[in-house]
Amino acid sequence: MAIYLTKESKVLVQGMTGSEGMKHTRRMLAAGTNVVGGVNPRKAGRTVDFDDRAVPVFGTVADGMRATGADVTVVFVPPAFAKAAVLEAADAGIGLAVVITEGIPVHDSVAFTTYAGRKGTRVVGPNCPGLITPGQSNAGIIPADITKPGRIGLVSKSGTLTYQLMYELRDIGFSTCVGIGGDPVVGTTHIDCLAAFQDDPDTELIVLIGEIGGDAEERAAAYVREHVTKPVVGYIAGFTAPEGKTMGHAGAIVSGSSGTAQAKKEALEAAGVSVGSTPTETANLVLTRLEARPGEQRQ
Amino acid sequence: MDLYEHQARELFEEHGILVPRAEVTDSPKEAREIARRLGGRVVVKAQVKTGGRGKAGGVKLAADPAAAELTARQILGMDIKGHRVGTVMLARPVDIETEFYVSYVLDRAAGRFLAIASAEGGMEIEEVAATRPDAVARVPVDPAEGVTSAKAGEIAEAAGLPPQTVDVLVRLWQVLVREDALLVEVNPLVRTRQGQILALDGKVTLDDNARFRQARWGADDTGHDDALEAAAAAKGLNYVKLDGEVGIIGNGAGLVMSTLDVVAGCGARPANFLDIGGGASARIMADGLSVILSDPAVKSVFVNVFGGITACDAVADGIVQALDTVHLTKPLVVRLDGNNAPRGRAILDEHAHPLVQQVTTMDGAARRAAELATTA
Repeated sequence: MAIYLTKESKVLVQGMTGSEGMKHTRRMLAAGTNVVGGVNPRKAGRTVDFDDRAVPVFGTVADGMRATGADVTVVFVPPAFAKAAVLEAADAGIGLAVVITEGIPVHDSVAFTTYAGRKGTRVVGPNCPGLITPGQSNAGIIPADITKPGRIGLVSKSGTLTYQLMYELRDIGFSTCVGIGGDPVVGTTHIDCLAAFQDDPDTELIVLIGEIGGDAEERAAAYVREHVTKPVVGYIAGFTAPEGKTMGHAGAIVSGSSGTAQAKKEALEAAGVSVGSTPTETANLVLTRLEARPGEQRQ
Repeated sequence: MDLYEHQARELFEEHGILVPRAEVTDSPKEAREIARRLGGRVVVKAQVKTGGRGKAGGVKLAADPAAAELTARQILGMDIKGHRVGTVMLARPVDIETEFYVSYVLDRAAGRFLAIASAEGGMEIEEVAATRPDAVARVPVDPAEGVTSAKAGEIAEAAGLPPQTVDVLVRLWQVLVREDALLVEVNPLVRTRQGQILALDGKVTLDDNARFRQARWGADDTGHDDALEAAAAAKGLNYVKLDGEVGIIGNGAGLVMSTLDVVAGCGARPANFLDIGGGASARIMADGLSVILSDPAVKSVFVNVFGGITACDAVADGIVQALDTVHLTKPLVVRLDGNNAPRGRAILDEHAHPLVQQVTTMDGAARRAAELATTA
């Protein structure tokens, strides 16, 4: 099952013919993703060869969907054109738009996440590594070969912390890992993923990675308390970040007394989430919680 | 990027919002001239990007041009919460009848902007919200519709502002959208005894991601006060100066933040945040190392890389090449993990630089870097 993305997913790539798009389309195909087409209005009708696979280029998302039945698009187009790309995908009625692009103005993200939400399109990102259901499909730039399929679901604001935990827990493996992105406004939240993992029979335990800025983790904690019965293990980055400084991700900023790592950790712990103090300790907490599950056998 | 008050004032004026007559200077002598031009009596205001200027003595009334010069001399060079006052703004005093508060802020959880308004302006809005929550109106703005006159009327009514403020609310929204701002705040917005609505003080935060379409910002205006931060920004590095002694280089914002925390957990203080991103090329590594080594507080450097998209052997090659161009003066602890980690570690071992040591785990490497910094 997994969440949002399975081996049945048919994936378009907007911006496939650019250098990042080419590089990562090749990697997605190698990870088993069913990439059915690229989108570029100036290169419609051509095909692009990736090793043994010729991928057609369509002029619009709508054309690509009509021809292939695509239900996912991965957006690699530059910041100035990202809003138009997502609006186009939403107008075409695609189910999932994964926006990898970093550096999109917040006003654009506000516009396209709101619009897509009204059209029924789920947006993951922007400024995110995408999502992977190991062994089935990879929509984005997450390295596929550092982990394997398994029973942990992971949702994270950070790409490399996701990779770090995927790697440390590779022997258990993952149902789906979702990088929701580090921008102030994102289409899919921790809560959306918690709800989906709670309903996913393939997921036994959920890892939630957060960082300073906003109150998404506090909201997630409240959601866990009310709605999540599966064990949740958390990690928060940014305890040493000074107030008022943006730490790499546009959304990672402590403003006054709000958005601190300490407050997020406390909220999660109060909701029964085990929170690690380092990524490695977090991985160890996952092992402990999995072993403690009654009636479960380690595989 | 936060703007100075005088820059915010300029933006408001350009968008048709009334502001007091004012000029900016870094010279007390010129302050006297400006005061003369503005009619003698002026308010002298320190230009710093932090709140609480008034309490710190950074805002003073001067009765005449001579007093303006003296006051400017006192305020220029002052330290307000770690910000040195480089310029003052002199403004013609306003005859205030009532003070209001209005702002548009990003509501991250809702993914849209929120109008916040109150008939009780002049003080910190957080204080008003904490003591009298009913006095603060919060009205979400639909991004597809924006703030029309009708919407502005709704905001004004919810906050108990007079109908005269509707025009300002519409224009302020235009500032937010046209300038790609993440925050515009007017506090106080005042009604004068003559019945005019005036923006007396303002705060604007611009979206760094929108620089590519906002021509008014010079390429050199990075908004960095710190010399190391400015040097790093000029090299295109994602660097934040902190006040510790362990230099940090890592790939990915989350991993770097985590690295700072783990180092702090080992009893040392991180000297900086530096995210070299996915590529980790020799040039970026060399640029990063040279910025960090130019910080005199740094006693050791911790390079923490997880090889995901870029495999560890490529990262190790980058480090080796960077060490050819950068003169390493402090011990360097490297942790490589992920794709091709054994190959990457072997490359560094072969290079055998006397100041470079490897630890294979992140926690262990952080401990080593902290030890080197605290015993050095």
